[in-house]
Amino acid sequence: MTDRNAIDAKIRQLIEPFNKKGIEVTDETKFQQDMEWDSLTAMDFVASVEDEFDILISMNRAAEIETVGQMVDAVAQLQGDR
Amino acid sequence: MSDLLSKFDPLIAQREALLSTGLTDPFNLVMEKVESPTVAICNGKRTILLGTYNYMGMTFDPDVIAAGKKALDEFGSGTTGSRVLNGTYATHKACEDALKDFYAMDHAMVFSTGYQANLGIISTLAGKDDYIVLDIDSHASIYDGCALGNAEVVPFRHNDIEALEKRLKRIPEGAGKLVVLEGVYSMLGDVAPLKEMVAVSKANGAMVLVDEAHSMGFIGEHGRGVAEAQGVIDDVDFIIGTFSKSVGTVGGFCVSNHPKFEILRLVCRPYVFTASLPPSVVATAATSIRKLMHGADKRAHLWENSRRLHAGLKQLGFTLGTEEPQSAIIAVIMPDLETGAAMWEALLNEGLYVNLARPPATPAGKTLLRCSLCAEHSAEQVGEILAMFGAAGRATGCI
Repeated sequence: MTDRNAIDAKIRQLIEPFNKKGIEVTDETKFQQDMEWDSLTAMDFVASVEDEFDILISMNRAAEIETVGQMVDAVAQLQGDR
Repeated sequence: MSDLLSKFDPLIAQREALLSTGLTDPFNLVMEKVESPTVAICNGKRTILLGTYNYMGMTFDPDVIAAGKKALDEFGSGTTGSRVLNGTYATHKACEDALKDFYAMDHAMVFSTGYQANLGIISTLAGKDDYIVLDIDSHASIYDGCALGNAEVVPFRHNDIEALEKRLKRIPEGAGKLVVLEGVYSMLGDVAPLKEMVAVSKANGAMVLVDEAHSMGFIGEHGRGVAEAQGVIDDVDFIIGTFSKSVGTVGGFCVSNHPKFEILRLVCRPYVFTASLPPSVVATAATSIRKLMHGADKRAHLWENSRRLHAGLKQLGFTLGTEEPQSAIIAVIMPDLETGAAMWEALLNEGLYVNLARPPATPAGKTLLRCSLCAEHSAEQVGEILAMFGAAGRATGCI
């Protein structure tokens, strides 16, 4: 299983192009409220995470992911499941 | 008590701000009189209709109307029952027979609307632990069909063959897979690369459902849609369609060659737990579908209209949804909602109705003036339409 720190660093890289407001990203940063992403931006970001880690994040699963930290945890878990 | 409607406050505020400028409400237009598939009276003014999806202009076809009147006389105004109880009349079977002949397929199932067809078929086919892979720009009825079921739902980037393939390959071994695609995407009027996508889906063991709502009647040699035009209709497991566009009435359907298809009539809840269509509606649909089988001349004229409007609007300086006309939908992209609404009103004042489409129904937060052409639009009308776009565009500073 990939180290959580490595996943975290990669996720932050992937957030970069979508972080139009240039806000500071922490584990607690919320995609919808803090980054002000609409649903399409969120889906685009999820697709980039899926491709980076070669995993599937279903819409049902994605709907439960609100913060950066939760995304890192989800990726770690989905990678572990394979 | 917390007000359950307060979640809509931002939308209420946006509407109030827009309407306070004195603008006509684009979502409250009333047609006082409808003269033909292409002309109605709105606010006392003769208005050319360019936003109706009435692609083949069947709504005033004399044979279609006669069939409806006859069915009203012979079978009454409604069935008051489900298709699986007292709601299947000879007219419903005749309508399904017309669909089977039109598509040259073994089975046809008629729903009360196209929305319900997607809702019912998708939620019934893909159950718990199955996977639905769908284009991110899919219609609301497809997303709602996914929400009604229990499958894992995985969207992929619009019309991206590689994105679809990657996701299919990541699905766990042995899981059921349904790929959901549309022939024509209704917002921008662009066509899907079905040839490649169906091949990729089949190679990865998925069943394929294609919604051909916006292509029936005029795309493909027999008007069966984009899957026919691209030569993959035999590899598509389920085709979803509607009567509310080219057919010219209301209703939805699924056609298929799957040998076990008929069981869906008993297990598909949006089919079972609602009243069937009135006999007059299915009679008009059946007549219209059979006439569409011989609509080559009308089809050719519709394409001519689409090409001419697309070229004309481009020449006027508008930004369009597609580089080339791919369907009978031409989407004019507006810079923002305010300009879009102003342009919509200016067109209405000129005597032209188009659809104002806005997020979240549109891709990438775009505001669109969506035009859908009709085979009954005359060459003169297309000329008038272009003149009105020119005048309204200049008045609102769009061009």
